[in-house]
Amino acid sequence: MEYISLFVKSIFVDNMIFAYFLGMCSYLAVSKNVKTANGLGLAVIFVLFCTLPLNYLLDKFLLQPGALAWLSPKLAELDLSFLSFILFIAVIAAFTQLVEMVVERFLPSLYSSLGIYLPLIAVNCAILGGSLFMQQKDFVNVGESAVYALGSGIGWYLAIVFLAAIREKMAYSNVPRPLKGIGISFITVGLMGLAFMIFMGITL
Amino acid sequence: MKLKDTFLTPLLKGNPITVLVLGVCSALAVTVTLKGAIVMALSVTVVTGLGNFVLSLLRKGIPNRVRIIVQLVVVAMLVILVDQILKSIEATFPIDKQLSVYIGLIITNCIVMGRIEAFALGNKPFPSLVDGLANGLGYGLILVVVAFFRELFGSGTLFGLQVMPAGYITNNLVILPPFALILIGCIIWAHRAFDKELQEK
Repeated sequence: MEYISLFVKSIFVDNMIFAYFLGMCSYLAVSKNVKTANGLGLAVIFVLFCTLPLNYLLDKFLLQPGALAWLSPKLAELDLSFLSFILFIAVIAAFTQLVEMVVERFLPSLYSSLGIYLPLIAVNCAILGGSLFMQQKDFVNVGESAVYALGSGIGWYLAIVFLAAIREKMAYSNVPRPLKGIGISFITVGLMGLAFMIFMGITL
Repeated sequence: MKLKDTFLTPLLKGNPITVLVLGVCSALAVTVTLKGAIVMALSVTVVTGLGNFVLSLLRKGIPNRVRIIVQLVVVAMLVILVDQILKSIEATFPIDKQLSVYIGLIITNCIVMGRIEAFALGNKPFPSLVDGLANGLGYGLILVVVAFFRELFGSGTLFGLQVMPAGYITNNLVILPPFALILIGCIIWAHRAFDKELQEK
């Protein structure tokens, strides 16, 4: 039951885009049509789902204050949490590189459709942001962190596909010249964010 | 390009947020108060400036295939330094917990990576330093403008001091995250209405 509530909460209430604005750069740059938005969204779900539990384990057994106690009691007072940025980003960058190589080798058709977006994911704030928020949330086990990762990924995916669909339609509407393109997209995302706020009152 | 242009372009004509649309994530989240915006702007300026400088020094020695990882390591190191400095002055200058997450996110801030890729890898160290600092300042400019409006109308204060008259009822919409997006949309609107070259077809 807790897993379900965490899952729904991370999709709607703590939505990566509308509540925290994470991954905004690629969100605005790649949402011009639904097809590419779909590809990037799926890639983000996948990378988030794989790296966040890994980072959770790193945090739990290496970085937290006293986390090294399992190695030897002498290390119980060591606090390595200042290293978390560099370790998290190293895991993410290495993982994206790995995924890129595997996909290139075994799934060439998927690679050509995702191609340029895969390496971009390493610098997507939503991925690193997920890990940094995970650090603050004190999850009790890997399962919870994996559910949180899946939920946030799906939330991000929904947001980018929605925006891409709206922008496709918006191409036909009469927008004031200076507002065209990026300006109106910002305002659209703002309005979508307001709509998503109806989920805020939900307690699960 | 002349040094003066390198410095002035990112402030208005090539502003990282309103024109290049880089580094928007943090720009929206930290602008509830002016203080948060200024801390964030300074941190980003330091990291972009020094990151550009260091990678420009290293630019001839980095193999092309692994450059993203090298960039990330250098930037992550700078961000850790900034984070540790902020933590060490926390007693006299407290910052809230939410902000510290966004300080960590400077690593993946597109401005930092974008300027390194677009400028530092092809230019000498000193112009790169100037370019990085100017982009940080251009980013900070928008942050301060957004935060000014949000703090003034959302809490009736500036830097935590009451400015609005005593009977002012705070506008809670302004505090909500989506409003920052709408505000930046309007800034872009105004900017492009003045500068017709930037308008999209």
